[in-house]
Amino acid sequence: MEQLHWVRFRCQQLWAANHTQGWYSPPRPVSDKYSPQRSAGKRRTVLARWGPHQDEYHSISKSYRNNRIRTTKYTLLSFIPKNLFEQLHRVANIYFIFLAVLNFVPVVEAFNPEIALVPIILVLLVTALKDIWEDQRRFRSDREVNRLKCSVYSSKERDYIDCCWKDVHVGDFVRLSCNEIIPADMLLLHSSDPRGLCYIETANLDGETNLKQREVVSKMEEMEFVPEDFHWRIECENPNNNLCRFRGYMENPSGARVGLHNSNLLLRSCIIRNSEAVVGIVVYAGHETKAMMNNSGPRYKRSLLERRLNTDVLWCVLLLIVMCLTAAIGHGIWLKQLKNPIFEVGEETSPALAGFYVFWTMIIVLQVLIPISLYVSIEIVKLGQIYFIHNDVDLYNEHTDSRIQCRALNITEDLGQVQYIFSDKTGTLTENKMVFRRCSVYGVEYPHYDNGRGGAVLYKPVPAQCLGQCNMVCLPHNRAAKEVVPDCELVTKLSWLCAPDLNVAHSCAKASSSLELAFITDFFLTLAICNSVVVSSPAQSLNVLPQAQTPLRSLEEIKLMFQRFNLSALPALPTLPPPLKSSLYISTLDSVVHPVGVMDAPGEEEVPKLMFPEAAASEDAGAVEPEDTVLYEAESPDEAALVYAARAYHMTLKARSADSLQVELPTGGTVQVPLLHVLPFDSNRKRMSVVVRHPLTGQVVVYTKGADSVLMDLTRSPTGNQHTQKHLDSYAREGLRTLCIATKQTLEEEEYEVWLKTQLLAESSIENREELLLCSAQALETNLTLLGATGILDRLQEEVSETIEALQRADVKVWILTGDKQETAINIAFACKLLCPSDQLLTANCEDKVSSHPHVRTLELYNSQQESCAVLVQDFLHRVTCYVAGSVLVIDGHTLDWALQPELQGDFLELSKHCKAVICCRSTPLQKSQVVRLVRDKLKVMTLAVGDGANDVSMIQVADVGVGISGQEGMQAVMSSDFAISRFKHLRKLLLVHGHWCYTRLANMILYFIYKNVMYVNLLFWYQFFCGFSGNVMTNAWVLILFNLIFTSVPPLIYGVLDQDTPVDVLMAHPEFYQRTRTSKDYVSLMFWLNILDAFYQSLVCFFIPYFAYRDSDIGELSFGSPINASALFIILLHQVVESHTLTWIHGLVFLLSAGSYFAFVLLLSVFCVTCSPPTNPLGVETMQMSQPAFYLVCILTTVTALLPSSSLRSMELVRVHRAWKAHTVKQPH
Amino acid sequence: MASGYNAKEEDGHIGVVGLGGASLRGRKPENTAFKQQRLPAWQPILTAGSVLPAFFIIGLIFIPIGIGLYVTSNNIREFEIDYTGVEVSSPCYNCAQNFSWHSTTPCTCSIQFYLHQAYESNVFMYYGLSNFYQNHRRYVKSRDDSQLNGDISSLTKPSKECEPYANHDHKPIAPCGAIANSMFNDTLELFYIDPNGTRVPVALSSTGIAWWTDKHVKFRNPGGSTNLTAAFQGTVKPVNWRHPVYELDTDPENNGFINEDFIVWMRTAALPTFRKLYRVIQKKNNMAPTLPRGNYSLQVQYNFPVRSFEGRKRVILSTISWMGGKNPFLGIAYVTVGSVCFFLGVVLLFIHHKYGNRTNNADITN
Repeated sequence: MEQLHWVRFRCQQLWAANHTQGWYSPPRPVSDKYSPQRSAGKRRTVLARWGPHQDEYHSISKSYRNNRIRTTKYTLLSFIPKNLFEQLHRVANIYFIFLAVLNFVPVVEAFNPEIALVPIILVLLVTALKDIWEDQRRFRSDREVNRLKCSVYSSKERDYIDCCWKDVHVGDFVRLSCNEIIPADMLLLHSSDPRGLCYIETANLDGETNLKQREVVSKMEEMEFVPEDFHWRIECENPNNNLCRFRGYMENPSGARVGLHNSNLLLRSCIIRNSEAVVGIVVYAGHETKAMMNNSGPRYKRSLLERRLNTDVLWCVLLLIVMCLTAAIGHGIWLKQLKNPIFEVGEETSPALAGFYVFWTMIIVLQVLIPISLYVSIEIVKLGQIYFIHNDVDLYNEHTDSRIQCRALNITEDLGQVQYIFSDKTGTLTENKMVFRRCSVYGVEYPHYDNGRGGAVLYKPVPAQCLGQCNMVCLPHNRAAKEVVPDCELVTKLSWLCAPDLNVAHSCAKASSSLELAFITDFFLTLAICNSVVVSSPAQSLNVLPQAQTPLRSLEEIKLMFQRFNLSALPALPTLPPPLKSSLYISTLDSVVHPVGVMDAPGEEEVPKLMFPEAAASEDAGAVEPEDTVLYEAESPDEAALVYAARAYHMTLKARSADSLQVELPTGGTVQVPLLHVLPFDSNRKRMSVVVRHPLTGQVVVYTKGADSVLMDLTRSPTGNQHTQKHLDSYAREGLRTLCIATKQTLEEEEYEVWLKTQLLAESSIENREELLLCSAQALETNLTLLGATGILDRLQEEVSETIEALQRADVKVWILTGDKQETAINIAFACKLLCPSDQLLTANCEDKVSSHPHVRTLELYNSQQESCAVLVQDFLHRVTCYVAGSVLVIDGHTLDWALQPELQGDFLELSKHCKAVICCRSTPLQKSQVVRLVRDKLKVMTLAVGDGANDVSMIQVADVGVGISGQEGMQAVMSSDFAISRFKHLRKLLLVHGHWCYTRLANMILYFIYKNVMYVNLLFWYQFFCGFSGNVMTNAWVLILFNLIFTSVPPLIYGVLDQDTPVDVLMAHPEFYQRTRTSKDYVSLMFWLNILDAFYQSLVCFFIPYFAYRDSDIGELSFGSPINASALFIILLHQVVESHTLTWIHGLVFLLSAGSYFAFVLLLSVFCVTCSPPTNPLGVETMQMSQPAFYLVCILTTVTALLPSSSLRSMELVRVHRAWKAHTVKQPH
Repeated sequence: MASGYNAKEEDGHIGVVGLGGASLRGRKPENTAFKQQRLPAWQPILTAGSVLPAFFIIGLIFIPIGIGLYVTSNNIREFEIDYTGVEVSSPCYNCAQNFSWHSTTPCTCSIQFYLHQAYESNVFMYYGLSNFYQNHRRYVKSRDDSQLNGDISSLTKPSKECEPYANHDHKPIAPCGAIANSMFNDTLELFYIDPNGTRVPVALSSTGIAWWTDKHVKFRNPGGSTNLTAAFQGTVKPVNWRHPVYELDTDPENNGFINEDFIVWMRTAALPTFRKLYRVIQKKNNMAPTLPRGNYSLQVQYNFPVRSFEGRKRVILSTISWMGGKNPFLGIAYVTVGSVCFFLGVVLLFIHHKYGNRTNNADITN
């Protein structure tokens, strides 16, 4: 519940429209703060471009950017230097360059200089091509955006002319019509709407599809807007990325000022809706707009595997150094033994110096041992993995037409190692489609038994014809929320209120007190108006507040009726003994009901039905009832559910504007409720309030709704809070989301005036507006009267319990972190089978006394004293450690605060480590992220956080893998996540299959890559023993360099993208296989060293079989290298065949191409390279070799011998794996 | 790849999508075997059942090949004489002792030996060097392929790779470089001593010993093969040589850079112990063996110094087969590996029978 408000708070910040009445010349102290001297550097001045102050405009606006955007990194000219410069910053490339430079030193030179440059050039080229491709996409979309048209005022034409977005400047007047995209951040100066409103859709900005209301700068709406005469000077903040804040003022030459707010600002890339024409002045353009400043681009995280990879690369470095040192020392010794050899070239060098030179030569020769190209390969492999995840049809949601979004491109394999999942509850485990289920008013519960039964239909397709018309915006709405079947008892009670005759009124008085009736009315009025929903109606334009329809009764009657309500609630309730008040009320009722009763009300006998003619209609044919034309769009589904609930009781919110609400009453009439203030929700107060003036009584009334934990402390109820508390507890036990509804009707005019002053002060302050507003709101929300409570059902998403069960079988711990009540959380945990009845529940709860769940053995901790809480938590943590096997820890926010203290963290973790699951309820967003961080850092495990709302953002960002669920609550969670899915159940395949695959694929690919390099490099190393450790190679330098870069570079990529070590159905059916990857068995150092060992063995075979075969023959240097190279190629390719779990035609093709390219290359060289590539001139070598049968005999023998151990081990291992599959199949028959 | 992200998400750009522009269900991934990773796949070593035959088949193929290779190798006749002259008893001991590259009087020694078997087919005469690192990195580099290819500019201006054997007395060396400079320059002659004691020289063919591509493509004389003296005008011989390059042979087709002894030497050996083809003894007629059994005398003009680096010099007489010279290794290796495969096959069969019989159900693997 908290989270819903949190989201709403954020949203309201975004469009905080309601409280801004606009004001002239703010009070003195405030305007002092505005003084330019104080913060001259922090603001910008905007003048109309074609206005009266043209000279000044040009001098001021010089430094402002125009609206052309360029998100490309490079231009045509700057590409080469800039891209080179950026690439040269990478360590890997520096290594390559170091090698290339080293090769230019004559004494250590190993290859021809141009050959040594090949690797670095190739890597730079590949990276540059990738950059060009990415930049090209940005360039295209930039161009597309820059060339969009909008109509801008031109002084020459004295009219609005079409103009490209890129030509819009600060100070331009832009006219937009419906469904146009806003080209830059503009102040709204004129709207075709008579009240100066316009609506924008911010879906492009934050994904929220509900409409937000914007209003014309106050004062402007009163005058005719003439662009040329715009002489106001706008002072506002410098460009910043805060979407929710805009502050400044407008000043005219006479010094009068108008405050500017976020609600006056039209943000770039939002879409104008439901407004025919608006005109604004551009204040921020191009890259200075808030939308552009919020661009953060894709996320980059380093995966665990990559971090571990680095240690192995270090091992490779060590290996390289050892090999080079061996060669250096060997060369020194060799040289020392020689006396005057005729093959010694050049002057005598000392063995030590020669050894030193050889060391560096060997570094060049053995350079491929450092798998630098591995990093490039990993990036490519991950792109491939992402491609397949992205294209998985199982992760596609038909209803929302959304695929999984992979926002972080480089942590796919972390999905395969998750040990802890931190899940939000609402919207993540549940649908976040709220159904009004229960309510309790005046201490009486109305169970609404019939409600939510027909909720099987979860989705309603959006009628396509609704889209695209200005006045007919039909957005997806929540059908479930609309289907509220009123509770009979409550309907009856409510009907007495407007009972046409006295007898009914009397009978009502017998059944329940009139105070109760007043409470009921206020209760539903609060539901209807204390919210931020936008009313839209397909039938009528939104920007025209419909005229109050001719009421069924005369205005006078309604006024009387309202007076009646307010009189009843007006006195300070506890001061009056209920019987007395009650009688007072009845007398009032008696006096006023008579005229009402005269009203025409056909069929007086059946009171409830007649009073609610639509109620009957809605029961049999809900689709055709006229009310259905009114739609509510709320940021949070709870709000919508409450408004729909109120409507079901005919307290219908018909329309809203910035300063008034139109509500249809159960009696059939429609009244305007002047809206004075909205105190929006924030997570500290956990409540929101509206301050309205009763249209008829004229009194200022505060309606509040909020979390029961805070409101119960602030309220009193004539019947006592205990009943309501009891109901709240029972709602929570049923897994309902609870809210309390309260009111403050005792607000005197003077009291209001005093408060208004502080509120205005707070609103107009620039520096610490938020705190002042908070104080002001808190000052008002005191001495409230509790009206009642609501319970809203949030259905579990489909397959949640299966998913959680599978994850638990995969040995992944699932924690629920929720802002909801403990009982709600526990119930959801039961529903999704995180808890089962046999589990022992450990409840750590400092504050509230919690009734234990009937199904579980519970160990509880009660305490009401905060001071000793720390001690008790400690005690608790110690005490229960012995009970914990298979138990579930439930901890609430307050207790969590203590448990997260440094001194108790250890105990908390120790306890939770042994628990099957942990449920943290009533936790704040901060606590969520603290918990995740604690587990991540202290237990050193891979954590995954999944959530859908803004309150999960911090947790998602802290976790190693953040998963956002795109659901009902906007896109903040998705925007901050690494992976965005649409249903919780997708997590199952994402982790168990894709995570497993990605991890094993990447781990195997890395191992294979390192194996390949070690294997090949060792061939060169062994040769050193036969060439006096001089750093010579037996291969043509081109072949040597390209062997790794080209001939054998693609097979590992295919292996990393396509291999499936376990079939998908086995992985889905047996989550236990996930453990194997989770515990990283594939990539422990044992595997690494086994691979190195295998590589050593294979290289020994690959070198020494040809060696013995050609020993003491007339074999030439290159002829000797030829069969070695060829068999190395075969071994490396076939080794992958052995290691692969699946081979497809793609593998076959890649193998063929690899081998083909090698042989084509060497044969071509051998035929055409007459004098090229000295000194290792390959002319005739390969053709000669390949014409001799010995070549093939050697290659076959070498390949078979080299692969014998790995293939026989592999086949035995596979026997074991299949046994494991078999065992699982037997254990869990499906 | 990964092109599915829309511009808005990736670049923070605002996708310009009009209302109602996107068709419903437009983003559903294609349900193709490739995209859903359901391509028909072959699992290479899935069960012991598919490995076992492979092992047995390899074993069955390798063992006969190995036996064949062994037999072939054994049929090759090979005879080897070390004439380094390290031991005092060696006829060449004296020559080896007082060596100089530039001694004007050639030192000659002759070695008697007895061939126990007649050599029926063509006999290849090799000289073998040991501990001679022709594959030393700096040695290998010390040549100019362009010069050897007949390039005039390289002839007069040898590549710097040839340093310090590029110029002598400010004149370019042809052929330049350390490889050419250290060319093997012993002269070997073979005499058959027939039963009545007369020395019959054995005809040694000095052509056809180099690769065809080397002789005809890679090595070319500057300005063609006519008048080499003029072509090499202005160059000097390598410092260790006794004659300039154009006096290596009298046959114009085997002189200069295309002298086959020179070409053979220039193809550097892979290993420090190597042999190089020196001459071919062609089989004359079908009746008589090329080299009948009996006494022979090898006459060596001892020029090439190897003692300083403890090298050895040998002469090898060998016939060859389809698979090259005498080398029993391949045959033995084939037999060994074939046997190992067979053995592994048996072991796997055992494992398969003992543990694997529950696992080869097809239903698990799918």
